[in-house]
Amino acid sequence: MSFTATKFATSPLPLNFTTPRSNDKPLSFSFDHSRLNPSSSFLGSTRKLLRFSAPTRASSSSSSPVAAVLLQPTSNLLITKEEGLELYEDMILGRFFEDKCAEMYYRGKMFGFVHLYNGQEAVSTGFIKLLKKEDYVVSTYRDHVHALSKGVSSRAVMSELFGKATGCCRGQGGSMHMFSREHNLLGGFAFIGEGIPVATGAAFSSKYRREVLNEADADQVTLAFFGDGTCNNGQFYECLNMAALWKLPIVFVVENNLWAIGMSHIRATSDPQIWKKGPAFGMPGVHVDGMDVLKVREVAKEAIERARRGEGPTLVECETYRFRGHSLADPDELRDPAEKEHYAGRDPITALKKHLIENNLGSEQELKAIEKKIDEILEDAVEFADKSPLPPRSQLLENVFADSKGFGIGPDGRYRCEDPKFTEGTAHV
Amino acid sequence: MATLFQGLGIVTPSFSSSNSFDSNNFLIPSRRSLSERRDGIFVVRSDARVSQTLKTGARKHELLVPNAVATKGGSSVASTSKPGHELLLFEALREGLEEEMERDPCVCVMGEDVGHYGGSYKVTKGLATKFGDLRVLDTPIAENAFTGMGIGAAMTGLRPVVEGMNMGFLLLAFNQISNNCGMLHYTSGGQFKIPIVIRGPGGVGRQLGAEHSQRLESYFQSIPGIQMVACSTPYNAKGLMKAAIRSENPVILFEHVLLYNLKERIPDEEYVLSLEEAEMVRPGEHVTILTYSRMRYHVMQAAKTLVNKGYDPEVIDIRSLKPFDLYTIGNSVKKTHRVLIVEECMRTGGIGASLTAAITENFHDYLDAPIVCLSSQDVPTPYAGTLEEWTVVQPAQIVTAVEQLCQ
Repeated sequence: MSFTATKFATSPLPLNFTTPRSNDKPLSFSFDHSRLNPSSSFLGSTRKLLRFSAPTRASSSSSSPVAAVLLQPTSNLLITKEEGLELYEDMILGRFFEDKCAEMYYRGKMFGFVHLYNGQEAVSTGFIKLLKKEDYVVSTYRDHVHALSKGVSSRAVMSELFGKATGCCRGQGGSMHMFSREHNLLGGFAFIGEGIPVATGAAFSSKYRREVLNEADADQVTLAFFGDGTCNNGQFYECLNMAALWKLPIVFVVENNLWAIGMSHIRATSDPQIWKKGPAFGMPGVHVDGMDVLKVREVAKEAIERARRGEGPTLVECETYRFRGHSLADPDELRDPAEKEHYAGRDPITALKKHLIENNLGSEQELKAIEKKIDEILEDAVEFADKSPLPPRSQLLENVFADSKGFGIGPDGRYRCEDPKFTEGTAHV
Repeated sequence: MATLFQGLGIVTPSFSSSNSFDSNNFLIPSRRSLSERRDGIFVVRSDARVSQTLKTGARKHELLVPNAVATKGGSSVASTSKPGHELLLFEALREGLEEEMERDPCVCVMGEDVGHYGGSYKVTKGLATKFGDLRVLDTPIAENAFTGMGIGAAMTGLRPVVEGMNMGFLLLAFNQISNNCGMLHYTSGGQFKIPIVIRGPGGVGRQLGAEHSQRLESYFQSIPGIQMVACSTPYNAKGLMKAAIRSENPVILFEHVLLYNLKERIPDEEYVLSLEEAEMVRPGEHVTILTYSRMRYHVMQAAKTLVNKGYDPEVIDIRSLKPFDLYTIGNSVKKTHRVLIVEECMRTGGIGASLTAAITENFHDYLDAPIVCLSSQDVPTPYAGTLEEWTVVQPAQIVTAVEQLCQ
């Protein structure tokens, strides 16, 4: 399986859509988005797996700017029992963790903006579980579950959310800033789009290691996660360009949950099909049902391998949905109850469970056992976080500078970080 | 090409009153047409001597400013038999960069036109040929994205030097510099370091217009986790460049468009300066003048006049804009009890304002007079030469301020 155009028979664009690039036709300004898929308010079809790829240079004379094909959803979704259960466990962990967060937030154990991932688990699990430990993940403010999928312990994430010294960032990051050097999680980035350049830089590092430092084993892949709202931000376009230009080993993963807080994707974006922006930059753009972990995994596998082989970036649009408001502070008044119900019916965890049982990849008992195990892990995590110490005052000035000479030379001629009070956290700098 | 002649501004003051030159026969009027300027490359030494080298190279015609700067025990740098080598400021920056790239293969450069073009002010000239396109990366015009890319590369083990073609362009990367460069080490609980250098030409040039004549120190100074240094001579430019690259902290290195053609003899052997130390330019007794970057030369012009009038000012180039070297500054305050700050930064919320606060907080008891701070005006830098000149502090103002301060 590959995203290159040659492997697929080109067929006409399946969508009833006026392509601005086909200059022979006048532009239609009466384009009605809702006619695209009347049965769903979501633009792309969730029942079909669309796959598009960048035109090769040789076929650039083709009249269609992108080669498009429809894949049968049953093409190659085989998994072993072991893999199936691993996916299930990771998704359950993500879901239960976030539910626990909501509980703890309302109990006054954590504060600030807490953005929960419920409903989108298939994307995190489908992509990140395919990574090696050396691979990089760059996330957004909705980053708890990406961290968990990458291997950061529930204890460390929960403790961070509790603002404790044992948190993965010593309580200095919080919900939107999860980092783990050990797991190469390069962070949660709280502002829209700012993580994409950082991810591009990590991918540049991999290329640099291989080509300048001659480290033959430097084949790390970087995954950049972001949402539909980010795809209207300049950093997204700037980085698509650079990543494609230098063939960086990166996958741009769009978690299109249709809503940027209260701004509907359709109201915000002139052409709501985000995957189409890939071919515009000379990289494959792929559209996948983000509520189906097996389909996500299939696409992710090829995109990651492609990056690892040095064939460059891929843009993957995962059509998904968040089951909760934007954050726990969001009253979530704008989304149509019917729309929420529709996606609740497409719960990725329920779907995987059904698939596993129907295909004899796991019994009801086995799945129950996994859920029980996760429950226990989370109970332990909450207990650990609760019992952990608050950051001491001495921690306040640590980590402002990697080299604390950055605090400068004081009136006494010594570096101010040499002040004995400095490590006590009582130094005035 | 205009950039080549930016150096003229330092010693070609078009104000007529109280200029610090003894003789006018070599004075190049700033109104001179560009075609006349193209006759040769003007070289300004860091001790404010001027020399003009004809492009033909057939005749080396040196014009020295006698006693333009009254340095105590100042030595002549004209002799070629002395040890060290003579180079221009932009060449010193390049030399520092090149040495560090040779020393550490993780040091790389990225920015607009840094590679094949050699940098807008030629600081990276020839480096792409020597080190390859990946180590000296020409980026698309996407400041926010390539600065962020530098940060991502720094987090994952490289030591990038990001050039803003003009410092002002980095306003487009402000989010990356502030949120990611400045805060990531902290928010990650110390897990990720960002050993990046962000550098480029800034300051008020010669009629470059408002957007290209920015004083950005004030914008960047309150970002936590970032160090800022400003170079002013070929010697300190090279030493600070090397120190900035070796620092584990993100460092913003300010260069000034008018100083790239300063010439100075610097040591042949390797040296690295401290990022946190101020530089004593001229020891004195009567008043402490704190300055940095291009204003150092306006101060030194004024100092000459002041010396002739019987004053003995102490001139310190603070160099480290964040953090301040309170030791050197404090010792000077304790000696002179009077402080004049001369900066090109904005009056409101600028470096001078912070410096004033720091001195008041730490050395108030030693002050015999209120601190005087001469900053540039809070206006978008005007295009017209006359207006531009009134925007930044001129030597005459410095002389007046010292006279008042020492009354």
